Amino acid sequence: MSALAQPKRSGFDTSAMAMTAVCLLGLVWSILAAANGADAAMRTQSWLIGAGFLFGLLAIVGIYGEGGVKTEPTEYNESVVKAGAIASMFWGVVGILVGVVIAAQLAFPALLSWDAFPQLNFGRLRPLHTSGVIFAFGGNVLIATSFYVVQRTCRTRIASDAGAWFVFWGYQFFIVIAATGYLLGITQSKEYAEPEWYADIWLTLVWVVYLLVFLVTLAKRKEPHIYVANWFYLAFIVTIAMLHVINNLAMPASLLGSRSYSAFAGVQDALTQWWYGHNAVGFFLTAGFLAIMYYFIPKRVDRPVYSYRLSIIHFWSLIFIYIWAGPHHLHYTALPEWAQTLGMTFSIMLWMPSWGGMINGLMTLSGAWDRLRTDPVVRMLVISVAFYGMSTFEGPVMSIRAVNSLSHYTDWTIGHVHSGALGWVGFISFGALYCMIPWLWKRKGMYSRALIEWHFWVATLGILLYITSMWVSGIMQGLMWRAYNSLGFLEYSFVETVEAMQPYYIIRMLGGVLYLAGALLMAWNVYKTIKGDVRHTEDVAQPQSHKIQPAE
Amino acid sequence: MYDALAGFAQTWGLLFFVVIFACVLVYALWPKNQKKFDEAARVPLEDDDKPAAAEERALDEDKDKTNG
Repeated sequence: MSALAQPKRSGFDTSAMAMTAVCLLGLVWSILAAANGADAAMRTQSWLIGAGFLFGLLAIVGIYGEGGVKTEPTEYNESVVKAGAIASMFWGVVGILVGVVIAAQLAFPALLSWDAFPQLNFGRLRPLHTSGVIFAFGGNVLIATSFYVVQRTCRTRIASDAGAWFVFWGYQFFIVIAATGYLLGITQSKEYAEPEWYADIWLTLVWVVYLLVFLVTLAKRKEPHIYVANWFYLAFIVTIAMLHVINNLAMPASLLGSRSYSAFAGVQDALTQWWYGHNAVGFFLTAGFLAIMYYFIPKRVDRPVYSYRLSIIHFWSLIFIYIWAGPHHLHYTALPEWAQTLGMTFSIMLWMPSWGGMINGLMTLSGAWDRLRTDPVVRMLVISVAFYGMSTFEGPVMSIRAVNSLSHYTDWTIGHVHSGALGWVGFISFGALYCMIPWLWKRKGMYSRALIEWHFWVATLGILLYITSMWVSGIMQGLMWRAYNSLGFLEYSFVETVEAMQPYYIIRMLGGVLYLAGALLMAWNVYKTIKGDVRHTEDVAQPQSHKIQPAE
Repeated sequence: MYDALAGFAQTWGLLFFVVIFACVLVYALWPKNQKKFDEAARVPLEDDDKPAAAEERALDEDKDKTNG
């Protein structure tokens, strides 16, 4: 082999210096906070944060002592994608497991409720579940697939290997800080934005590096056109940066403490929060996963996307409309009525881009519909798009003020969220991982096709149990709350409505158990595939450099 | 201040967004762009296991052989 073909080492460059400085600064801050922290939770947590930064410093010494980060422009960086795929699987199982635990706590309130262990209270586990599945599982899937897709569709190696690895490990560090914070009772009480100011600053840093790595990779692409999936990934990265920074503007009560005060108050705070919250749905759970749809469905069925024109219109109409829909979370509140109506109108307008995108994803299968029968991964991807269509139909209906008066604050909302989260986000992620893992580890296919079939059916049954029980429970709850007797008094006390929901809570928990069982089957399948135990005639992952034949 | 901002947003801001969106529609539906979009749609299907830099290097090495 010539010297040219050897991987290059980066040496101790500017990015290494920046990372060292960040780790040193972080370590000093955590030592000060461990010694002098303003509150007990901060003093406990700063040990963990300090350990993280110390670990970072050791890694820097180890890697740069050997000459620096390896890079080879004639190869794709797949190791960071592999790490992301494994992390996704791990956090997926953890997040879903915590979901099952809190579902059980709702059905049986005495469960894990001990005065000595406040860490296990529903109130602390609930954000652990939501952040675990959205940010830890979903975020890792998005980071891993975006690094994979942007390299492949730009035909160039990722712009900065050190940057990509910093994003990966920095993001895991954020997850651990956020998760342990919740268990210790550290929260700023904003839904889906619970982490406190110091975790927020860290995530901002990681996210800016993510944006830079993605943008520079796009800039050095060898393809004339930026493929549509990359547009969706870019919209996700840019918008999340904006939402995260603005919603988390806050003044720390102490620079060594875990408490902070939001820059906003009252209804302004509520509007900022739901502008953030709904666009976390729009740009994290929708735009990002649509990028996955636009790459992995065409790739898996070996057909170009149904209409590239439609994908461009889909993208821009989604971007233009989604950002206005947040106020529908604040019907019948202090928010001015015109703003509520605006949010509702834009939510209804979202029907068009959502269904346009769904049709584009589904019709990509035209000429390959038989794959639905023969390939459980294609079935998973297609069902996920169907759930996308269903939940983006249901969402606008629920945003209508009159419907919202029945649905808001009830379990109907929870059911709606989970048809999107389990059906759309979960299945498209599982499908993408089932495609990507054999590609990354150069296997013929997944270890067991039968296990994919089982995963598909068990998880689908789980989703159905979940959403149907929540529809019944939610609508019943809404109707009981608004029922009056002939004298004009409320028909039911609140506790009667709680009691009435118990059977549905048990059904929901069983749905969650099934979904968790599916994820565990997948984890086993992934483990065996990575280990290399793939049998010859199993799953039929397309070889990656497959050239397509013209369609007849 | 509020009135001025709201007035601007509700007139010129709205017009600005509508015009940009109209431009997107024209770009997406312009008949001449069809060929470009057809090529773009095949990007995920036609990737190789190596980045473009690998081919360039292979070409360079071939040249070196013929020269030397």
